[in-house]
Amino acid sequence: MNEFQNHNNFMDMIRAIRACKTAAEERAVVRKECASIRAAISENDQDYRHRNLAKLMFIHMLGYPTHFGQMECLKLIASPGFPEKRIGYLGLMLLLDERQEVLMLVTNSIKQDLNHTNQYIVGLALCALGNICSAEMARDLAPEVERLLQFRDPNVRKKAALCTIRIIKKVPDLAENFINPAAALLKEKHHGVLLTGVQLCTDMCKVSTEALEYFRQKCIDGLVKVLKDLANSPYAPEYDVSGIADPFLHIRLLRLLRMLGQGDAEASDTMNDILAQVATKTESNKNAGNAILYECVATIMSIEENGGLRVLAVNILGRFLSSRDNNIRYVALNMLMKAISLDSQAVQRHRATILECVKDSDASIRKRALELVYLLVNESNVKSLTKELVDYLEISDPEFKGDLTAKICSIVEKFSPEKIWYIDQMLKVLSEAGNNVKDEVWHALIVVITNASNLHGYTVRLLYKYVQAAGEQETLIRVAVWCIGEYGEMLVANAGVLDIEDPMTITEADAVDVVETAIKRHSLDLTTRAMCLIALLKLSSRFPSCSKRINDIILHHKGSFVLELQQRAIEFNSIIEKHEKIRSALVERMPVLDEATFSGRRAGSIPAAVSTSHGAAPKVPNGVVKPASAPLVDLLDLSSDDTPAPSSSGGDFLQDLLGVDLSPASSQGTNQAQKSGTDVLLDLLSIGTPPAQSSSSTLDMLSPSQGNKKSVDMLNDLASPSAPSAQAFSPAKNSPMMDLLDGFGPSPPAPETNGSTYPSVVAFESTSLKITFSFSKDPGNPQTTSIEAQFANKSPNIYSNFVFQSAVPKFLQLHLDPASSNTLPASGTGSITQKLRVSNSQHGKKSLVMRIRISYKVNEKDVLEEGQINNFPRGL
Amino acid sequence: MGIRFVLMVNKQGQTRLAQYYEYLNLEERRALEGEIVRKCLARNEHQCSFVEHRNYKVVYRRYASLFFLVGVDNEENELAILEFIHLLVETMDRHFGNVCELDIMFHLEKAHFMLEEMVMNGCIVETSKSSILSPIQLMEKAS
Repeated sequence: MNEFQNHNNFMDMIRAIRACKTAAEERAVVRKECASIRAAISENDQDYRHRNLAKLMFIHMLGYPTHFGQMECLKLIASPGFPEKRIGYLGLMLLLDERQEVLMLVTNSIKQDLNHTNQYIVGLALCALGNICSAEMARDLAPEVERLLQFRDPNVRKKAALCTIRIIKKVPDLAENFINPAAALLKEKHHGVLLTGVQLCTDMCKVSTEALEYFRQKCIDGLVKVLKDLANSPYAPEYDVSGIADPFLHIRLLRLLRMLGQGDAEASDTMNDILAQVATKTESNKNAGNAILYECVATIMSIEENGGLRVLAVNILGRFLSSRDNNIRYVALNMLMKAISLDSQAVQRHRATILECVKDSDASIRKRALELVYLLVNESNVKSLTKELVDYLEISDPEFKGDLTAKICSIVEKFSPEKIWYIDQMLKVLSEAGNNVKDEVWHALIVVITNASNLHGYTVRLLYKYVQAAGEQETLIRVAVWCIGEYGEMLVANAGVLDIEDPMTITEADAVDVVETAIKRHSLDLTTRAMCLIALLKLSSRFPSCSKRINDIILHHKGSFVLELQQRAIEFNSIIEKHEKIRSALVERMPVLDEATFSGRRAGSIPAAVSTSHGAAPKVPNGVVKPASAPLVDLLDLSSDDTPAPSSSGGDFLQDLLGVDLSPASSQGTNQAQKSGTDVLLDLLSIGTPPAQSSSSTLDMLSPSQGNKKSVDMLNDLASPSAPSAQAFSPAKNSPMMDLLDGFGPSPPAPETNGSTYPSVVAFESTSLKITFSFSKDPGNPQTTSIEAQFANKSPNIYSNFVFQSAVPKFLQLHLDPASSNTLPASGTGSITQKLRVSNSQHGKKSLVMRIRISYKVNEKDVLEEGQINNFPRGL
Repeated sequence: MGIRFVLMVNKQGQTRLAQYYEYLNLEERRALEGEIVRKCLARNEHQCSFVEHRNYKVVYRRYASLFFLVGVDNEENELAILEFIHLLVETMDRHFGNVCELDIMFHLEKAHFMLEEMVMNGCIVETSKSSILSPIQLMEKAS
């Protein structure tokens, strides 16, 4: 029963499906067909098996489940006739994959077919094996395939070669067996076998270095000869594509040569001539020729240094770049990204063309060109390039704007020659595409602004101008509102006017207008409006004449449904009305935010801003610049990899150990105590101590990065790795916030060697309590440390209900065993011991830290002591 | 590893032939096909034939009412894949004689056989039209 004649039913089914107008109809037809197929299968109907399988394939392609047909495939494969086998194997490859256990049943059939007399059947079996075999099947049948690599029929040989590829990918250990047969394949004449043989060698080199060495020694000359013959061969109708003989083989050979020449100067030398010949003689008016040239250029770029060839390659790329065919341009841009690491001068010459490509109408080309431009930026051309990019930003597509904005911001940050230019560009970007600008970027902008004290007046006036024009850009409004709040009086008094500015008169009322418009706008979100409220508070102090008007605006928000706004409004209102005396102190000018610490923190917390699409690209000139303070970030373990934990109230500090509090915290007033409590907890572990004046906690999102001169010195101390972190922090203990937590303060480590690998330490000591930790490690498990904690009572009173709690940051895991007792006798006459187990997932990179809380009852009074332990020995 | 999948899709987005060289279950396939086809159909004539999708590339070309899409790894030579698509079309053309979408639909298994002779496990096996078509012609003669 042959399959090709009796297709009426199959075609009918297809026609029926085509005729369906809706998805529901189609589902009904398919269901009916599936039902009849299932019935036929269970009846073991011999006649229509192949037809049913053909139908199943079609249904599978449409996306319906067809697993009931899998056994049918197996039966068809096992039947003797060729058409049945054919469709059985096809079904096998389409309906099954290597994860199914059913596949194991096929192994025997395939083995028999591999030994069949009919070469086409052997070919079928090899094909199936090569597409979906699993590791066990590969091991079983590898000897058969090896034998078939030398079969008389070239078609079988070529399929055996590709089958081998899959085998060595699944079972790399077997690669050694195949090295010799593979090398023999390279001497073939038949193009098909040659093609697959070359592919086999390429993949082998990827899998096994032994193979790579072998091919390098023995086969390069042979390969070069083959390529030469191919390039010089006369017209061969069989393999000819638009005038070139077998471009696919050309490309494969070039790829193998690339693999062999990479990293080996001698090998690269032997290839130079042929590469030059291919690069110069190949015709580039047809796609086939261009494909070969592309591969040739890629090979030249990867192998060892040869000036002449490189120049040739870059010239070809230049030619591609000015071609009218979009495909060719795309390919050229791709290649140039790799070329830039080798010879950036040559690529710079094409800068203008590349800039044109950024504005191209084709999205793929735009993307590539933008990435390339990013790599090309250096100090000398940054201004002109940025100007072009910013100009283009105005007319670019919305989808592209995001990418473009991100890249412009990166470029501006890395290469800005002077602050005023930086501010100019950033403000332009904000007004064009503010909504695409990420938070870190405008935070950085504010840091820069505060540092440029001579530009404060200029900046705030510029912002005022932009806000009038582009009021919908949220980020712009945020920056503007913040600046107007801070530097409002400079705006009105026209302080610090630079020569380039036009004269402007702005009254206090105008400034308040801007903030009022912003706060009233419904499209702006909570953060912006909260910032507006604070700005209003600042302005009420700086512009006493507008104080009444500002108070009215704030009053309006007292009834806001949003808790944050309501709270702020109420508090600010009470400050304005009842606390006139402290108001000006509260809203004094912010301290200058330290740029070095901020960029250090950013470099630690944010993954590389620069990313090229070729992940493993070689040294890229504009790679991420890790500022010198980056190592300090790691030491102090800002949990930068995790998303910042939401802001914690004072009670949650045990959980929120190292979370950097980035959400806008509420302002002064009732929350002052709690907030400064969390500040201390955070700041002790982040860069810098909280500043001595309590007034400057307003800029909440930047609170962790607040530092002052002291902090920078502290950081320098910390840079010496020998000093344990606790010691360096002792100057911090004098900070005024400390009194909020009694008994605070880790003491300097007092190591007592007790013979174990790690000295035990006094983890915590206060006037009433002393805790000692001694450590031991299981030699087989270096990440886990067992700690025995010993509690000693220093006071003359007995402590009862003694409870010890501890919390650790996210990279540690803690397990507490029950304590030996919960009564602690007085004056050190007895002690409580408790065992802890800590597992460090960052063993070797980060050392242990722990927060502890001890509660006990003494003289009918409950006492709570809290502390932090930083003096764990290193290496735990 | 080289070629990840070969799809033939018509202008309405219906898949006419799908061959995958890596494992994807049914929902993934449908999702993939939907996404990619939408991207390719949205592009016009003058744009280049390469689309970047997730972590690989899709090379496509339109022949009459049918789109040929080939998903490849990032390291693959895109221009060569364009040539391969053309070779595929020419091979089918030689066999069916002026191949059109309906030919592929009604003779799906033959189209699969042809593709199988050309690509195995994601690698191009044979590029000579006669070598590709000879087993298929033999089969037809035998029946």
